[in-house]
Amino acid sequence: MASRDDIKFLSNPKIGQKRDKYCRFKKFGIKYIDYKDSDFLLQFINEQGKLLPRRITGNSLKYQRKVATAVKRARHLAILPFVADGLK
Amino acid sequence: MRNYEVTIIVDPVLSGDEVKSTVEAYIDLIKQHDCEIVHKGEMGLRQLAYSIKKKHSGFYFCIEFRGESPALIDKMELSLKRDERILRFLTVSLDKFGVKFNEDRRNGLIGKAKKVKDEAPKEAPVAVKEAPKVIIPDLPEELLLEEE
Repeated sequence: MASRDDIKFLSNPKIGQKRDKYCRFKKFGIKYIDYKDSDFLLQFINEQGKLLPRRITGNSLKYQRKVATAVKRARHLAILPFVADGLK
Repeated sequence: MRNYEVTIIVDPVLSGDEVKSTVEAYIDLIKQHDCEIVHKGEMGLRQLAYSIKKKHSGFYFCIEFRGESPALIDKMELSLKRDERILRFLTVSLDKFGVKFNEDRRNGLIGKAKKVKDEAPKEAPVAVKEAPKVIIPDLPEELLLEEE
């Protein structure tokens, strides 16, 4: 028979916990977002080429705005697509 | 004094010399207006994310310049617009962070961010505290594209 102490570890206690979100620009001191860098910007758009919301990326409002501008500039220069399917 | 950056996509059908002379023409125009060329970057032939004027690739050039001449921007954009050899262009005014970013990238500080962090943590003091759980927030290596 399993004792009380064993049962405690049968399931992962971390399941269901919320993961901490943070703004990577604030945390790592990135001040400028380059619109020519497609690989970096790919982290902020979904498979269809749409911008990901802040609630997913965790960006602060200030940097989310900058990300949005950078992505839009990149789209204009054909670095990123306006519409896509299976981008990632 | 203001800092600008103009990115140009040149028609890939042109020969190498023609492409160069196209870009040089705009560099001369900038110089004529007493503006100082900070950097002339060539990102090379790249695939376009969508076709422009039935073309699927283009030569990317990025010219960074500094000056105080509002007339230049208008004039340059007008001639860029009229130029058939240019597929697309974008002029951006850079803030101080943008200037610094471009400078760092030219010196190879960014783009090799990972290495910099390992060797000299004073460069990026925020770096190695803990392994980031979500997505890797490092600047990717690709930043150095234009130097090639």
